[in-house]
Amino acid sequence: MQELVARLKELLSAGTVDRVLGWKRGDSDWNPEPAFFTSVESLADFVYDGFCGANLSKYMIEATAQEGRTAVLLKPCDTYSFNRLLAEHRVVREKAYVIGVGCRGKLDMGKLRKLGMKGIQHIEGADAFAGDTLTVDTAYGKKTCAYQDALLDRCHVCKGKTHVVYDEVIGASADTTDMDRFAEVERLAAMSPEERFAFFQGELSRCIRCNACRNVCPACSCRKCVFDGDSFDSAQKANVDSFEEKMFHIIRAFHVAGRCTDCGECSRVCPQGIPLHLFNRKLIGDINAFYGEYTAGETAENKNPLVSFTTEDREPGEGRNA
Amino acid sequence: MSIETNWKPKIVAFCCNWCSYAGADLAGSSRLDYPAEVKIIRVPCSCRVNPMFILRAFEKGADGVILCGCHPGDCHYSTGNYYARRRMTLLWSLLDFIGVEKGRTRVEWVSAAEGVKFSTTMNEFVEKIYSLGENVRLGDLRCKN
Amino acid sequence: MEKIGVFVCHCGSNIAATVDVSRVVAAALTEPGVVHAEDYPYMCSEAGQAKIAAAIKEKSLTSLVVCSCSPRMHEETFRAAAKKAGINPYMVEIANIREHCSWIHKDMEEATAKAIVLARAAIQKVHRNVPLFPGESLVTKRALVIGGGIAGIQTALDIADAGYKVDIVEKTPSIGGRMSQLDKTFPTLDCSACILTPKMVDAAAHPNITIYTYSEVEKVSGFVGDFTVEIRKKARFVDANACTGCGVCQEKCPSKKAMSEFNRGLSTRSAIYTPFAQAIPNVPVIDTEACIKMKTGKCGLCQKVCQAGAIHYDQKDEMITEKYGAIIVATGFDVIQLDAYDEYAYSQSKDVITSLELERIMNAAGPTKGHLERLSDGKAPKHIVFIQCVGSRCDDHRGKSYCSKICCMYTAKHAMLIRDKYPDVKVTVFYIDVRTPGKNFDEFYRRAVEEYGVEYIKGQVGKVLPQPDGSLLVRGSDLIDNRQITVEADMVVLAAAIEPEKSVRKLATMLTASIDTNNFLTEAHPKLRPVESPTAGVFLSGVCQGPKDIPETVAQAGAAAVKAIGLLAKDKLLTNPCTAQCNTLLCNGCSTCENVCPYGAISYDDQEVNDHGKRETRRVASVNNALCQGCGACTVACPSGAMDLQGFSNRQLIAEVDAICR
Repeated sequence: MQELVARLKELLSAGTVDRVLGWKRGDSDWNPEPAFFTSVESLADFVYDGFCGANLSKYMIEATAQEGRTAVLLKPCDTYSFNRLLAEHRVVREKAYVIGVGCRGKLDMGKLRKLGMKGIQHIEGADAFAGDTLTVDTAYGKKTCAYQDALLDRCHVCKGKTHVVYDEVIGASADTTDMDRFAEVERLAAMSPEERFAFFQGELSRCIRCNACRNVCPACSCRKCVFDGDSFDSAQKANVDSFEEKMFHIIRAFHVAGRCTDCGECSRVCPQGIPLHLFNRKLIGDINAFYGEYTAGETAENKNPLVSFTTEDREPGEGRNA
Repeated sequence: MSIETNWKPKIVAFCCNWCSYAGADLAGSSRLDYPAEVKIIRVPCSCRVNPMFILRAFEKGADGVILCGCHPGDCHYSTGNYYARRRMTLLWSLLDFIGVEKGRTRVEWVSAAEGVKFSTTMNEFVEKIYSLGENVRLGDLRCKN
Repeated sequence: MEKIGVFVCHCGSNIAATVDVSRVVAAALTEPGVVHAEDYPYMCSEAGQAKIAAAIKEKSLTSLVVCSCSPRMHEETFRAAAKKAGINPYMVEIANIREHCSWIHKDMEEATAKAIVLARAAIQKVHRNVPLFPGESLVTKRALVIGGGIAGIQTALDIADAGYKVDIVEKTPSIGGRMSQLDKTFPTLDCSACILTPKMVDAAAHPNITIYTYSEVEKVSGFVGDFTVEIRKKARFVDANACTGCGVCQEKCPSKKAMSEFNRGLSTRSAIYTPFAQAIPNVPVIDTEACIKMKTGKCGLCQKVCQAGAIHYDQKDEMITEKYGAIIVATGFDVIQLDAYDEYAYSQSKDVITSLELERIMNAAGPTKGHLERLSDGKAPKHIVFIQCVGSRCDDHRGKSYCSKICCMYTAKHAMLIRDKYPDVKVTVFYIDVRTPGKNFDEFYRRAVEEYGVEYIKGQVGKVLPQPDGSLLVRGSDLIDNRQITVEADMVVLAAAIEPEKSVRKLATMLTASIDTNNFLTEAHPKLRPVESPTAGVFLSGVCQGPKDIPETVAQAGAAAVKAIGLLAKDKLLTNPCTAQCNTLLCNGCSTCENVCPYGAISYDDQEVNDHGKRETRRVASVNNALCQGCGACTVACPSGAMDLQGFSNRQLIAEVDAICR
């Protein structure tokens, strides 16, 4: 992190960039917040560690709309989202200075809790680049666990250690894939429709429509969401009808189909722990199977499988047991 | 089945103005009957049908939704039905994934000359919906108590 | 405040016999916004339209719903009526309670309930209609005729005579089409060439007509009044301007074993050839697959003997791009392949031929110089059997479900001509039905039976068995005598079904013209608009629309010409205002919609937007309304709902969904 901070100071003091988009220390060790740094002094609060899971690319829409150049710290998987935003003309490449930061997988507090840790007060060993063990101070004493055991689910199906867009790279990355990305989708697909319905009904019934998933999603970045407008007569907050309540996540998944990079932020931020990424992953799996392997954001090209076709495409419903 | 309980399904058919809507007209002028449960909405092209319309129909109580367009290669606008085909393929698959019965959604390519096919398709589809019974799942998606 | 009037048509008893129109009126009146509803026996009549006008005036209606026949039938009528009465024509919606309701349901209760729902959907939709205003587009005063057979020639001549420029694109080396292959024509037995050739010459000489033979349409873009067409003029390897048509090259060409397409493969031709003597233009082409020079690099004889120096082996295909206001399709037909009909031994015996092949055999310029003889041994036949409906009216996958319409008559013609010229030859015709509805047609057929002694047997042939001695045993049934019969013949002629030219499917795709399951082009209306495609500016001439004989083809060719002239006579057309619109406040500027627009109608630029008082410059989409044809692909591709389609807006369609599912 020293090298990173030194470089950021250099960029700011040399005037190469006008601000840095990174993370600052939050109210706890495990809660760093996305933040802009405009001076060398302000970097005192800067942090980059295992808890910096947030994908900062979406903030670049606003950042590059401002005067001057913004340096942004993007992990390998975040760069896919940034490419999508480039493809959709949402960010201005010239006004961005992309620092590809190394990543060895990010941490999930939920995992620590699942390991039985309660009353967590302080965590050590969450360095971005080194250390195998997390030491956790809890109200009930010190506990430890392997860094690897506290990884976010999404890091087990990591996109790899390559930054697909960058101006410079700082720090080494590791490919932390050790699971099949589509295993959960396939597990559900193997269930009976009744079981699947029960599963999703159970999950979606917990939704409180806080919009966290929508707010964090880099693909879900419309100036104004269709759910907040009246162009579909679908929703005005004054008379919110059950349509958006019920269909929100399905429509959201469809709106980002072909554009979603599977960054997993939707599930990470959901306060109710709904595995929202499963919708996206189902669509990604289908797109790969039906129209050939496609990784959204691999390039900054704006052709995605939903705005393309071949004359030989499969028919809807084909291949299912009717 | 539910036939004894007076229940009649609500079925929305989105039909392309250039092919299946005219196919439905031809079915009409040829007196090829199909059940009155089917109500047709005219669209300029199958590519005009937004998945939101389909979900809206289900949410508002439709028991089946069918989209009819021109045969691939015969789109009045050259390419519209190809986009529709991809969109509906993915939507149908996603609905299947969340456990909505597969038979409630259907895409059929029906030309302006295929009055018989239009009628046969609608008869089949309505029969399928009767066999599936009332659509509760999409209406109930978020309503587990 | 919206004031909606609802008008329910009885359509005589077409609607009223199955739909209780008074209940539809009553139900409509309960819908919010509806201030007037009435029913009338014929809403489309002058009196019906007067009622609409009166209600608009009295109740100050702002929009209308007409519950009647299909909007494809009378939407224009009611829009015009609305306009005349002072309402924007796009404030009219039609509820289709005839084709989609009364005609398909028998139960009054059920049909009435459905009609009420359809009316409700239209009322809910019209609530969200906004006045729309068509733009204008210019008309290019030039027509394109695709196909240079009798249909295309006639259409082109009629348009040219009216004073407009016409181009004919013909894919073979000469115009003339199928008719040029015919020997005589029914029911007058005129010599086909004698009546066709003058028309071919007229077309070639007409100052308003340009003929592109050996050419094909490669690409069509644009729309009614303003099509842009790319035509590939295939290399002939002969300079048409220099060539004098002397024919020496064809005489001297050492490669003479190519199959003559014109003679249906029954004779050979040279590698450099004109398809037939009266070909227009009288300029040969080199068949690269047969030409020795092309294949081996050696020969070049034709070039040496050509005194005009017209032969260029390095000639390349030429692309021509031209603008047209109207396009007429006249691609004609071919006979079906008979491979699947092995029971008739077509591929086993040279003496089993199609009627079109017989046509060539009977022709003085044909493979046998007009002598009726067996192709196997050159002997004069003694008994010829004609088999009707080979692949026509055939329900299995091998054939066509339709009647080819011309076979009964040309078979009567063939039978008569043979009996006339060779009175010793016996002629038997196996038929399912003899269909002769046409002026002087039945009289013609009866002459064949009564005066020429042609034997007609009602029944189908099951098998043709070639015998070792070269004769053919024909096994069939005689349905009138109710017995199986075997006839010994030495020639069998098959009335093979006709089908649209293969290339028409690709062409239909380019033109975005509708095509039916048999590959016949679809009319805008089967009765009222039989020579127009549903695609504006595209017209249908001849067999591409359905089987027909020469007089019908010529009549339809003229009709198509008149429709095209009617279009070309206009200086400007009103464009469809149901186009896409971008709400710049919602637009993300993401370019997704641009990807799916088939017309390149969407572009992006920086515009100043006023977002609730906040002025800023944003990259947003804009739609060129002259190019947009209103498919709506962009509206669904757009993630933010910024793109919407006028006349079929999100709110309108959602309102219909809600009304139907209510």
